[in-house]
Amino acid sequence: MDSKTDYFASVRASKDFEKAIDMIPYAKLLGIRFQENEEEGLLFHLPFHEKNIGNKRLPAIHGGVIGGFMESAAIIHLMWTMESAGMPKVVDFSLDYTSSGRAEDTYASCNIVKLGRRIANVQIQAWQSSRQKVIAVARSHFKLIIE
Amino acid sequence: MTNNTNEPSSRKYLIDRPEVLESMKNGTFSTNPHATTVGVEFVSVARNKACLKVPYKDELVGNPETGVIHGGVIISLMDSVTGRAVLCSIPEIEAIATLDLRVDYMKPATIGKTIFASAECYKLTNSIAFVRGFAYQDNESDLVATCTATFMRAANQAPIKLAGV
Repeated sequence: MDSKTDYFASVRASKDFEKAIDMIPYAKLLGIRFQENEEEGLLFHLPFHEKNIGNKRLPAIHGGVIGGFMESAAIIHLMWTMESAGMPKVVDFSLDYTSSGRAEDTYASCNIVKLGRRIANVQIQAWQSSRQKVIAVARSHFKLIIE
Repeated sequence: MTNNTNEPSSRKYLIDRPEVLESMKNGTFSTNPHATTVGVEFVSVARNKACLKVPYKDELVGNPETGVIHGGVIISLMDSVTGRAVLCSIPEIEAIATLDLRVDYMKPATIGKTIFASAECYKLTNSIAFVRGFAYQDNESDLVATCTATFMRAANQAPIKLAGV
């Protein structure tokens, strides 16, 4: 049986966060990590890396990296939270940038606003040095693949 | 995408300067390592408009079951191309900052094929630039994604700084 989703179920059961990222080439390319915290749930971490810079002069992390990190976080969050017969497919992604991303580690957390039968609505927040100071907020719809 | 026919003929464009146009075409991504990471390439620019592309590569895959490129790549492409359209719309060099960006995903990008994104800055006010973007592969009318974005102009000269923000 060739199902990557079953594989994801096994990494979820064993809480093998690193292996989960290894499954998604783009998440691995950005260098995303995540862990589970008892109080806060899933916490996503994007260590600073030179290759993610969008503007060397500021310097600032590329807006697309921040968006891609947040979208990845939402997908992984959904797959970690629910049984799915396949990866959720992004329908739309709406992102507000509140500050530029400095050359520092970035964090994200997700909140499933609504988990419907076919569609999930997810909010995502990203911050750097202080959780109180968000650098971007996003909301997104995903099509769920449920059999 | 249509040209704005009400545009005053006196309007100045930064990209009308040959050296600016040249630098847009050539050293475009030298200060942008992420563009190199993803593999963003220059296609074209014109007044108010820009076009970029990303060739397919395995590292960009978001769904290992299907091999489809991650939505984050489209966000990067859209952020870059809409920002570039703003640079093709302003009269002089100034810093711009993305305020918001919304991407609607029409269909998964076909595996193995280059994704193109074109954008038009359809309204420039004194403080804000409004932009639309489209992503496609073989055919401009067969859309992979659409985007709407707004940018703050003169982002380096923001007059108001709120305490603690």
